[in-house]
Amino acid sequence: MISNKVKDRIFKYWAIFCTFSALALLAIFIGDILHKGLSRIDWSFMVSLPSRHPEKAGIYTAIMGTIWILFLTAIIAFPWGVGAGIYLEEYGKKSKFAALLEINITNLAGVPSIIYGLLGLEIFVRMMGLHSSVLAGALTLALLILPIIIVTTRETIRMIPESIREAAYGLGATKWQVIKTLVLPSSIGGIMTGVILAISRAIGETAPLIVVGALAYVPFAPKSPMDSFTVLPMQIYNWTGRPQKEFLVNAAAAIIVLLLITFMMNGIAIWLRNKWQKKYKW
Amino acid sequence: MKTLKILFAIAIATSIASCGSNESNDSNGGEEALSGTIMIDGSSTVYPISEAVAEEFRAEAPDVKVTIGSSGSGAGFKKFARGETDISDASRAIKESEVAACKEAGIDFTEITVAYDGLAVFVNKDNDWLSTITVADLKKLWEPEAEDVITRWNQLNPEWPDAEIHLFGPSTAHGTYDYFTEEIMGESGSSRSDYTACADYNVMVQGVSTDKYALGYVGLAFVESNADALKIVAVDNGNGPVLPSKETVSQGTYTPLGRSLYMYVKNESMKRPEVKAFVNFYLNNAAELAEDVGYIKLPAEMYKQQIEQLNAQ
Repeated sequence: MISNKVKDRIFKYWAIFCTFSALALLAIFIGDILHKGLSRIDWSFMVSLPSRHPEKAGIYTAIMGTIWILFLTAIIAFPWGVGAGIYLEEYGKKSKFAALLEINITNLAGVPSIIYGLLGLEIFVRMMGLHSSVLAGALTLALLILPIIIVTTRETIRMIPESIREAAYGLGATKWQVIKTLVLPSSIGGIMTGVILAISRAIGETAPLIVVGALAYVPFAPKSPMDSFTVLPMQIYNWTGRPQKEFLVNAAAAIIVLLLITFMMNGIAIWLRNKWQKKYKW
Repeated sequence: MKTLKILFAIAIATSIASCGSNESNDSNGGEEALSGTIMIDGSSTVYPISEAVAEEFRAEAPDVKVTIGSSGSGAGFKKFARGETDISDASRAIKESEVAACKEAGIDFTEITVAYDGLAVFVNKDNDWLSTITVADLKKLWEPEAEDVITRWNQLNPEWPDAEIHLFGPSTAHGTYDYFTEEIMGESGSSRSDYTACADYNVMVQGVSTDKYALGYVGLAFVESNADALKIVAVDNGNGPVLPSKETVSQGTYTPLGRSLYMYVKNESMKRPEVKAFVNFYLNNAAELAEDVGYIKLPAEMYKQQIEQLNAQ
C-alpha cells in the first residue's frame, strides 16, 4: 500500500515535470531561433524589400502586410463576433435553435484553417470579386477567428450576475439599455482580451492566406485594402523553401520579429484584462 | 482600382504616342517613366529567377509594381487561364488541357524559355552501393505498379542490401513531380504513391540526409547547396552514366532529367509597354540572374532569338 502522503508527493512531481518539460521545449525552440536569427536583425532588415541576396533581403513589405491584415481583421471580426455573442447570450438564450447554433460554433473553432482559406477564395476572392487583396485576406482571417470571439464574448457576459440584470430590468430598462449601459461596459475588458488573443493566433496563419492568394514577392506596402499583399508567415515559408542556407537565417530572424509581435499582443491583452477587472467587482 | 485604370490608360496612350521608337526608349530609359502592375504567379522552382529579375527591374523602372506568387506550375496556369495574371512561371511545358482552358477563356500566350534545370536523383552520403542508376531501374522503382511490390533495395539488384527503400519526392502540386513522371514513366502524374511526398524541397533534402536507405529526386540547386550531406546519383540512359552538372544539362547529355524552365506571357499584356519592357529585361538578364540563384543559363543565341521573336510580333 502506498500511503496518501507518497501519492501526494508523486502527483506533485508529476505536475512539476509536466510544467517544466513544456517550458523546456519552448525554451529550446526559442533559444535555437534566437541563436540562428538574432544577429541578422538590424534596421535595414526591417526596412528592406525582398531580394535574391539573403544579406540584402528584408521584411518591410511583409511587416506592412501583417499590420494591415492585423488591423483590418480586428475591425471586421470585433463587431461581427461580439454581435453574434450578444445575440446568443442575451436574446436567443433558451431556444433549441440557439443550442444547435452553439454546437456548430464550437465545432467551427476546430475546423482546419485551410478550409477557411478555400471558403475565402470562393466567396471573397471570386464571388465578391475582391481578388487577392488585403481585404479578402482579412475577411478570411476574421471568419477564422469568429468562433473564438463568439465563445469568449459569451463566457465574459455570462460572468455578470443575473441579479444585476434583473435590478436594471426592475428599473424599467429595455434590453438594449441593459446591454449598452451594463453588459457591454462591464465585459469589454474580457471581450477585448479574447479578441486580441484570437488575432495574435491569426497573424501566424499561413495556409488560408496562401489559398486566398497572398504573394511571395511584393515590392511595395499596401496603400489600400484592395492592394495585393504578403505577410510575415508567407515570407518565412518562402525563405525556408530556398536552396541557399543563408535564407534560413533570414527566416529565423523573421520568426523572431513575428514572435515579438505575438508577445506584444499578448502583453496588451493581459494589461487590458487587469485594467478592467479592477473596475468591476460584483 | 480607379487609379489603376487611369494608369493603364496613360500607359496605353503613351505607348501609342511612342510607337516605333521603342528601342531608343529602352536604352535611354528615363524620358517617360513606365508604370503599372505586372502580376506573375506559378512555379516555385522558377520563382527565384523571377524574383531576381523583378528586383533588378526595380532600378530600371521604379514605378512598375511587379508582384510574384509561387503557388506551383499547375495552380499558376489555373490563374493564368482565368485571366488573373500577366505571366505564368512553369517548370514544365504547358499541358494540352491547360492550353484548352486558355483558349476557352480567349487568352493567347507566348512561351518563353528562361533557363535550364536538372533533376537530381540523390541518396544519403553513407550509401556505398548506388552511384549509377539506369532509367529502366528508376521506372521500375517509381512506377505505380511498384507500389507495395518494390520495397527493398535488393529487389532492384541482388547485390544491394536487404533493407527497405525509403522514397522521397515532391508532392503532386509540383511541376517537378509532373516532369519526373513524364520523363521516367512516360506519362505525367503516373507514380507510385507510397513515398514521402514533400511540399518543401528542403524537408526532402533533410529527410534523405538523415536516412541511409533513402532515395529522392529534386531540382539540382537544392542538392548542390547541401552537397556535403548527400550523394548525387549518375543517371544512365543507355549511353553510360552521366552526373547532373551545369555542363551536362546545358549540353543536353544529361537526359532525360535535364529540363527547361519557362514563363508564359499573355499576348494581351505584352501590348502594355511596362510588360514588354519587363519581358525584354528578363531575357536580357536571365543568363546572369539564373546562374546567381542556382540554375543553368541557356546559350546566348537562344536568348537573342527569343528577344527578336518577341519584338517582331
